Amino acid sequence: MELTLNEVEHMTRLARMRLSADEMERMREQLSAILDYIALLNEVDVSDVPPTAQVTGLSSVMREDTVLPSLPRNEVLAQSPDHAEGMFRVKAVFDD
Amino acid sequence: MSDYLTTIGLEVHAQVRTASKMFDACSTDYAGGAPNQCISVVSLGLPGALPVINQRAIELAALTGLAINCTVQLHSVFARKSYIYPDLPKGYQISQYDQPICTDGWITIEGDDGQPRRIGIERLHIEEDTGRLVHYPDGTSLIDYNRSGMPLMEIVSKPDIASPEEAKRYFQKLRQILMWIGVNSGNMEEGALRCDANVSVRPASQQAFGTKVEIKNMNSFRAVERALVYEVERQIDVLESGGSITQETRGWNEAQGITVGQRSKEFAHDYRYFAEPDLPPLIFEPAWVEARQAELPELPDVRCARFIADYALSQQDADLLTTDRAVADYFETAVDAARAIQGTPKDVANWILGEGFRLLNDSNEESTNLGTRMPVAHLINVMDLLAQGKITRTVAKQVFEASFQNGQPPDQIVAEQGLTQISDTDALATLAREVIANNPKAVDEYRRGKKTAIQFLVGQIMKATRGQANPQTARTVLEAELDTDA
Repeated sequence: MELTLNEVEHMTRLARMRLSADEMERMREQLSAILDYIALLNEVDVSDVPPTAQVTGLSSVMREDTVLPSLPRNEVLAQSPDHAEGMFRVKAVFDD
Repeated sequence: MSDYLTTIGLEVHAQVRTASKMFDACSTDYAGGAPNQCISVVSLGLPGALPVINQRAIELAALTGLAINCTVQLHSVFARKSYIYPDLPKGYQISQYDQPICTDGWITIEGDDGQPRRIGIERLHIEEDTGRLVHYPDGTSLIDYNRSGMPLMEIVSKPDIASPEEAKRYFQKLRQILMWIGVNSGNMEEGALRCDANVSVRPASQQAFGTKVEIKNMNSFRAVERALVYEVERQIDVLESGGSITQETRGWNEAQGITVGQRSKEFAHDYRYFAEPDLPPLIFEPAWVEARQAELPELPDVRCARFIADYALSQQDADLLTTDRAVADYFETAVDAARAIQGTPKDVANWILGEGFRLLNDSNEESTNLGTRMPVAHLINVMDLLAQGKITRTVAKQVFEASFQNGQPPDQIVAEQGLTQISDTDALATLAREVIANNPKAVDEYRRGKKTAIQFLVGQIMKATRGQANPQTARTVLEAELDTDA
């Protein structure tokens, strides 16, 4: 399946990535090749197989509504790239 | 306006009142505290962290579904909704998509014509709330993950709402029910209850719905109504001037009183939903649903109708007494207790809705505080003192207020402040003679045949005794004095 450059650009936007024109073309080729490879699965006859999202056979695995202590905030923040006022700091995604 | 029909659907997000979060054991009790004090490997989305479903949150979601007449599905699944934004550290939100836990319900609201109107509920699904971002002017954002992973129900109405006023009443009714069954705090300021709307208009002659616009950021009942009134007018104006409506998301700007289009490119919706591989499906037996049904309390509408039937209350009184479950419980407890002193349900209702609500209103308190401010025993005590003639009605109100304010039992207040009713004829006769001497004008009027003038003189005795005189006795004594003096 041949992806278009427009589709690749859409994906970079969803992933919040910025790619150069060269990278964009390289991604287009590689992602197209990956899709072709996965498309091999289309050759298998699955008409008798129900759609399967789980393979464990488990259901309704739940826990009691009990509280455990929080992670220590300062230790967690210390491992983040940037923080201020007890909060994680990131670049703004939108400038609104 | 009347040439156009309005169609509105609401999406209400309600946090579920549990002790711990939806998929991990972090506390949900973060309000008013420091940021990032309720965080875990799951709510931070750290690699390898696995979610585990909070059983109580599921039970309460099913309970809510039953309260709004939904079918609880015996088989439902979680789904991943993918989007990249820092309020969700995993890059996806765990939600439900094509198999939600509850479907196809309704609630009844008062329609614009004053008649009951049924508003359909499309679905109720469970998801996790996101973190909170604080945008800084320097181009960075600060993130607090306390809210991340809070259990959240999304309740989606059918497009059955015909006006902004109905939308407000639907939202109010839903809040009442959620608070009544104890699943949500109803706190809109803290974001525990939020609302988005889809709204479209179409010429009355047209069958097909118009293009819908989504409105976000309405943080109060008033905002919901105002934003929708504005948006309906805006859409009609666009159509009237020959334009067409763009399907888009608009934010309500409270300060300016307008809705503003949000840039669609940045909100590109491509959620790529798929079944959540980390969570097995929820599969329940009918007995599990029956257990939830058994947990469901008598709902406000049913209780309101019963108050009218059992206690001969007016519709208005019954409505007010069932706005809040704590008040309804208080009322019924007091009605039971009042039987021993021959107090009627109407008496009890009058005390609660009159003095009780007035005082709560004065101090800007929630009506749920009534029971702590004025325990039922204290209310009954005031009613009893009044019924036995130990205090006058005026004094009873003063005692109620004093007891409400300082928590003292009413009989103690009466004893300490010497408020017992004065029915002693001799004592009142002395007072009556003073009042007669000091108010010749009223006395003259009375004697010249204007019998109503005696009310003024009774009032003077009441004033002199700070409301403690038995008004009936005061009147009799006055009449006796006036008639013998003549």
